[in-house]
Formats: sequence, structure tokens, C-alpha cells
Amino acid sequence: MVPDSLKQYIGKVDPPHLREVEKGAIRRYADAVGDDNPLYYDEEYARKSRYGCIIAPPGFFGWAKKTISSSEGLVGLIGAMIEAGYAGILDGGMAYDFYLPVRVGDTIVVSPKVADISLKEGKTKMMILRFEASYTNQNGDLVAKSYQTLIGRQL
Amino acid sequence: MQILYWEDLEVGTEMPPLPKIAHSLMLVKWAGASGDFNPHHYETEFAMTQGTGGVIVHGLLKHAWLIQFVTGWMGEEGTLKKFSCQYRGLDFPRKMQTMNEPVEGETWNCKGKVVKKYVDEDQHCVDLEIGVENGKGQVTTPGTATVALPSRKKGK
Repeated sequence: MVPDSLKQYIGKVDPPHLREVEKGAIRRYADAVGDDNPLYYDEEYARKSRYGCIIAPPGFFGWAKKTISSSEGLVGLIGAMIEAGYAGILDGGMAYDFYLPVRVGDTIVVSPKVADISLKEGKTKMMILRFEASYTNQNGDLVAKSYQTLIGRQL
Repeated sequence: MQILYWEDLEVGTEMPPLPKIAHSLMLVKWAGASGDFNPHHYETEFAMTQGTGGVIVHGLLKHAWLIQFVTGWMGEEGTLKKFSCQYRGLDFPRKMQTMNEPVEGETWNCKGKVVKKYVDEDQHCVDLEIGVENGKGQVTTPGTATVALPSRKKGK
């Protein structure tokens, strides 16, 4: 059974937050991955491509406009999970549906939601958290959806 | 620029592997560029309290490797429509021996192949099975992707 302290978060929607897709942030992200695709840093090259400008690698949606990007709901949920004894937190996986490219200069509104919380009983008990988020650009177009899984293990 | 056409692929076509080396410098860069500052990825003492046996490679860094692998392979005329990956096995970064050279050790490989080829609402698509393989040949991060490609029949 998922404890009530965690159950209350299922279906909870976090307030949307704004992300800015800056040129330097794209370059640093691509550099950290080790991806030298010129679409991510070479303005002239990117201008002649079918995108017409620098784009972000799929999966990068820029940096939160506010200094603190963590949403209140998520922080509360992680706290409650640790409190419930599942303090060993690991990323479980990530999935996306991509609809449109993210371009340099875009402003992306991210709307996250706690989709599901469940318990998995195996050798050790694990708490599985599933998050969903939608990403909409300044034109109101949906650019992507993400599906993230976090795992809490008893340490 | 080399264009990858849908007609050039068949079910079973293998993607050329993309080798990757995870080392502590790369993890620090990734932390800064992605905003994931969890000390589990750079501080051994903290990592030892997490039941993983040490500092581990960020799942999201491996996800970004796989996205680089797929987007690099499909080329600029291709479009990544769907992507997924699961972090099934832990990976441990190499340490540094100089300011920018890691010690000898494990090399990872992004690998993949075409598992389905079809036309969906006028888009020429392939589904891919992908994964990050560690130095022992174990797939620690399996995944899937769907890519739309130009078709020779469209004259594009």
C-alpha cells in the first residue's frame, strides 16, 4: 500500500513554470553531452538548415526563468517519500513525444503533473513515481510531452 | 551533407555504434549544463550512503547520449518523434588522471537497430531499438525511438 502521505500527490498538477532557451545554454548542454552537431552552435550553418536557426537538442527545454526551478509539489513529494523510508532515490527512465523543434529564443511553459505512485515488491520494496509534463512554446504550440520515472529504494 | 533515406533501411539494419566515455569531468559538466546537482554524481562519501556502491553516471546523461546517437544517425532531414529509455543498470565513471584525461578503463557504446519500417499518415517512419552498452557488453540503458525520414519517392 502506498502511504496516504504520498497518495495525496497522485494527480497533483504543479503550477506551470517558464523556461528560456538561450544560445549559451544550448551550447553548454551539447558540449556536456559531447555532441558537436553544428545545429546547436553554428548560427550561419543553422540558418541555412531547414530549421532556419539554432535549435536545442531534443530533451533540452532551456533553463527555468526563476533561480529555483524545483516546483513546490515535487519537493514536497520527495520529502514525503524519504520520510516514508524510501530515501535511496534513483532516476528510473525517461520518455518523450516530440511534436515541434525547440528553437533558440523560445520561451517554453512547462506544466508538470504527478501521474502515478505505486509500490513494487521484489527483493526490496521500491516506490515508483511517474511524472508527466507538457511543454508549450510562446506561440501556444505543444512542442513535447515527457514521461519520467523516479524510484525510491529503502536503504 | 549525407541524407539518410527511408528506402535505404530495412528491418534489422544496424546503426553504427557511438562510443562514449563517462568520467568525472564529464559528470561535472553535465551537472552544470543540466541543472542536476545531486551529490550522488560527484561526491563519493554521499554516494556510499545511497546503496549504489559509489558515484554513478546520471541517467539523464545516458539519455542524452542516446538522443545524440539517434539524431546524429538520422541526420538533419530526419525527425525524432518518440524516444524512451530505462536506467536498468548502474554505470560508474572513470576518474581523471590529468586535468582533462581520464584514466584507462571502461568505454560505453550506444548501439541500435531498425525493428520496424512503416508509413504513418504520409510520414516515412522507422522504429529503433537502442541502448547504452557498458564495457562488459551489458545493456544498462535500453530504449526505443521512432524517427521520420525523407523518402526518395517524395523527391526530397
